[in-house]
Amino acid sequence: MTLSFQAAVAGRGFDVDLAVRPGETVAVMGPNGAGKSTLLASIAGLLRPDSGRAELNGRTLFDLDGGKPSWVPPHHRGTALLAQEPLLFPHLSAVDNVSFGPRSAGVPKRDAKERALRWLAEVEAEHLAGRRPAELSGGQAQRVAVARALAADPALLLLDEPLAALDIHSAPLLRRLFKRVLAGRQAIIVTHDVLDALVLADRVVILEDGKVAEEGPTRAVLERPRSSFAAGLAGLNFIPGTLDGAGVRTSQGLRIAGHDEDLGGSGEPGRLPGSGGPGVAVFPPSAVSVFLDDAHGSPWNSFAVTITDLEPHGDQIRVRAGSLAADITPAASADLGLAPGMTVHFVVKAAAVSVYGT
Amino acid sequence: MIQRPGKLPQARPRTQAAAYSGIPAWVRALAVLAAVVVVLPLLAMVLRVDWTQFIPLVTSEPSLTALGLSLRTSAASTLLCILLGVPLALVLARDSFRLQGLLRALVLLPLVLPPVVGGIALLYTFGRQGLLGQTLEVLGLRIAFSTTAVVLAQTFVALPFLVVSLEGALRTSGSRYEAVAATLGARPGTVFRRVTLPLVLPGLASGAVLSFARSLGEFGATLTFAGSLQGVTRTLPLEIYLQRETDPDAAVALSLVLVAVAVAVVALAYRQPAAARAGAGQRTTTAAPAGGDVR
Repeated sequence: MTLSFQAAVAGRGFDVDLAVRPGETVAVMGPNGAGKSTLLASIAGLLRPDSGRAELNGRTLFDLDGGKPSWVPPHHRGTALLAQEPLLFPHLSAVDNVSFGPRSAGVPKRDAKERALRWLAEVEAEHLAGRRPAELSGGQAQRVAVARALAADPALLLLDEPLAALDIHSAPLLRRLFKRVLAGRQAIIVTHDVLDALVLADRVVILEDGKVAEEGPTRAVLERPRSSFAAGLAGLNFIPGTLDGAGVRTSQGLRIAGHDEDLGGSGEPGRLPGSGGPGVAVFPPSAVSVFLDDAHGSPWNSFAVTITDLEPHGDQIRVRAGSLAADITPAASADLGLAPGMTVHFVVKAAAVSVYGT
Repeated sequence: MIQRPGKLPQARPRTQAAAYSGIPAWVRALAVLAAVVVVLPLLAMVLRVDWTQFIPLVTSEPSLTALGLSLRTSAASTLLCILLGVPLALVLARDSFRLQGLLRALVLLPLVLPPVVGGIALLYTFGRQGLLGQTLEVLGLRIAFSTTAVVLAQTFVALPFLVVSLEGALRTSGSRYEAVAATLGARPGTVFRRVTLPLVLPGLASGAVLSFARSLGEFGATLTFAGSLQGVTRTLPLEIYLQRETDPDAAVALSLVLVAVAVAVVALAYRQPAAARAGAGQRTTTAAPAGGDVR
């Protein structure tokens, strides 16, 4: 029970290699246009990649590399797709929507209805069985859509931002529901919300510009991000460069001193410091202090930045300078008289900076 | 409490007071003129009807024969339009292939072609000397100047109405429901029957009604291709034209019958303005590729 997938779509700069292990839920994250929807569409068979091959549970989904290309149409793939909008068939009642998959598979009408009612009960929507989609709220409709996708008994469930269109009250309920139904089920969930990745997924894959930028267990990726997107998700400052001793030298020649933080054998150990390979310096905004002048000793990193934005962040003020951020108290911000456009110094202790190879 | 404010800047019709429409006064005036152009002749005709003779004129034997023939052939051609027009609209709206634009333009041609020209074209296709006529003759089929010819002529002129209206509906509804249905395991036939058709049913219905109306009023192509044999090819419009020479009162009375049918048909087609117009009216706003967005 696995998915192996490799495909390229030249027109979209898409080239992704991905695997989903048995019973595993993989979160796919990345900026808009990174290729997340292309990935799902290619797996579901709604889009035909230019090259590549994919297999689900030993069955070929497509093989466009060999001498004679093969391509299985969507209705034979067993990959139910759940989108941001529920897309319930408006002319069918909730229960008929849910029984659509079983009916299409040739299950007799009564059995299909029975199965549909079971799935509606599973998503706590049994009482909505007779309603038309137009009579359902957004959260109710999405619950019915979940039941419909599951009733089709998919080998792989594809979720395309299933919580994004829901209001603030429905989303937590749906997330709990997903937590329950995704347990032990093979699924790919595209999401913008790091909470979804943490709660629902075993592993996260970060897509950037149509390529896999990094992947790994959700927690590890958030603790030691190797892509600026993952660092952004984790709310960490992220400075890429070349490893230089226990620090990183950026392309502008700035050296950020830090400490090499090994994961203690659990993850892949960072490359040895001083190797000259690519590396990153990562530190939380809370470890950054802001000063008007540059007067600090060697255990400190200090670099001049121009403030681009000030915004409230919890009970702190987040000072943004391009891709970097510092969290300081409102009092400190007022004392310093900070305003966008000002040039200040971000100062961070070397001990607070994690440096590792990428 | 009809106490209107003393000064309304440019009094506008009270029914439209809620929303600002921005229509200049001279445009309104021209719109009224347009309505007059359409309504006045109809009114003139109604005024000319000899009501004392109306029932006998309309129920005379040739009239009833013509009316019956008209209804039967129009029903048959509407059926043919649905049978052929639905697949054509689907291919035009959802597929993408070379020369698709050209095909669409050609299919719409009968909308703007003089029906007489259509009749001549049909004659040179199915007529005895026509492209297929000789082959059909060998098979013992003679189409020109038969009731079949009437149905063919009506289908020729009415098909674009169904295709245009349905293609618009198909484009508006997009193909996202179809994509979901396919991932749920429905084969294309099932998707077509259980998802596509029900979703565009309003568009299909209004297209079919318009096709029926166009078939009912068909004159030029029918006369050219099918002739005017009583009980065989003389439909109501042909009967009216013939009667006009000998019995103007009968022509007027029969015309009124056709007007009544047309009014009923239009009322039927636009009963649900939201759904039907979404089909026919929004074609220009749906240029975005429907197949690519699978979000």
